[in-house]
Amino acid sequence: MKCQHCEKPATFHITELTEPGGPQVMHLCEEHARHYLSKEQSTPTSLVADHLEKQLKLGQTAEELAELDQQECPVCGITFYEFRNAGRLGCPYDYTVFQKDLEPLLINIHASREHKGKRPTRLAPSADRQAELIQLRREMEEAIEKENYERASEIRDRIRTLESGQSDTSSDL
Amino acid sequence: MDPKLDELAGQCGEWLRGTGPESDIVISSRIRLARNLAGFPFIKKCSPEDRQAIERTVRGKMEKLAQWKDVRYLMVDDLSEVDRQFLVERQLISRELADSEGARAVAIDPGEQFSVMINEEDHLRMQVMHSGLSLQEAWQTVNALDDLIEGEITYAFHSKFGYLTACPTNAGTGLRVSVMLHLPALVITRQIDKVFRSLQKISVTVRGLYGEGSQYMGDFYQVSNQITLGRSEEELVQQVSEVIPVLIDYERRARRFLVEESEQDLHDDVSRARGILTTAKKISSEETMHYLSKVRMGINLGLIDDLPITTINKLFIHTQPAHLQKLRGRTLGSADRNVERASYLQRHLSDSGSNGAAELN
Repeated sequence: MKCQHCEKPATFHITELTEPGGPQVMHLCEEHARHYLSKEQSTPTSLVADHLEKQLKLGQTAEELAELDQQECPVCGITFYEFRNAGRLGCPYDYTVFQKDLEPLLINIHASREHKGKRPTRLAPSADRQAELIQLRREMEEAIEKENYERASEIRDRIRTLESGQSDTSSDL
Repeated sequence: MDPKLDELAGQCGEWLRGTGPESDIVISSRIRLARNLAGFPFIKKCSPEDRQAIERTVRGKMEKLAQWKDVRYLMVDDLSEVDRQFLVERQLISRELADSEGARAVAIDPGEQFSVMINEEDHLRMQVMHSGLSLQEAWQTVNALDDLIEGEITYAFHSKFGYLTACPTNAGTGLRVSVMLHLPALVITRQIDKVFRSLQKISVTVRGLYGEGSQYMGDFYQVSNQITLGRSEEELVQQVSEVIPVLIDYERRARRFLVEESEQDLHDDVSRARGILTTAKKISSEETMHYLSKVRMGINLGLIDDLPITTINKLFIHTQPAHLQKLRGRTLGSADRNVERASYLQRHLSDSGSNGAAELN
């Protein structure tokens, strides 16, 4: 039997069981099978992208969608468009920034939007303080790049102070 | 090749020991947790300096733990291509960690029961693997490991969304339960698709694959939970735990049916598979998997009584490309590997069972 993508013999026979139209059998040569399997690894990405696409089509006009896509996290700089394409968020603060649009997505994927389960004993610092930490790290790198070491060490001290205070504060994020 | 890894090559690894409950059908139970450090971006937006800072922070905190003293800590960039592939074949790291760039590492316990990947898709991915069906124990181990690390490191956590992960498909508990099953009789009787169609309705994913992104093996299937948010860790473990006995029962029934209806055909099939494995002069990895799967079933059905199942489990992993090269002590091209693989199989299968097994131990 030939590979369904080229003339080489099909040595890999993969049954995809989670296709909506029922199981699908694929006959592939080694090269195409590898390609297919490595693509398979990104399943969560396509899952997120599929869910978002459906969700966005349902609720929004093209204009609203364009506006949403441009929304940007002030901390890590990721846009909603970027997230929609890659299926990966840029920083923990994105869950707060994009909360309104992430909640329906979480419901689609998990049938829930509320965590039920283990909680860490060390409480994470507040969302704002965490955002500040991420931003300070970025500023420190910039200062080092510009060889402004005095400024970099000031920022490093600020980061240390914030980090050492982490476990006293309790809040979201 | 990394000398720290050489001794691993000769041993089998916890998850392929071939022991544990239901180990004729259940190969391994694996649970992983995804965690991120508070105050850092997720990997996608990490600068090289962020990645280094995360790696240093985690390593520094872990080194302080008494439980950590025997752990092998490896920086992935320092490893050769063969060593990375070797760790992927052993399921100690993911293909993604092997292939990505920047500061990243893995901590492996000497018994290979757990590994912690640093800077994979999330800052921390910790996994525990057990041989056979042992989900409760695996959960207890990974939970204790998480508690230990959590005592030292502040995780990114949201009171509503739980542990925050780079991909929303892992948010909440960050927990993935995976059970690998050997289901040859369900494949032969063409019942497999029907069985799995019914599983989809209960948010369980099934992949007809041997791990993620690695070699395809016809009769091995991985069952995992799809949902991570909105249910407690115990509930998620329970959900998968309830499905597995049903699948085991189906497979056993299919095996009984095959023995009753077509024992001669089955015996012929198993014997031919063994024949090829013991006489071939060159053999591909895929072909090896295919025939080893038949021999494994033959042993479980009592059609072969002079070979222990642990030998076959070891051969599954020792005949994969990087393992063969590690055992041979040098890099080999694909054609040379096929010759080496055939000779390796012959050495361990042709003298009847016990000798082969002894040599492998």
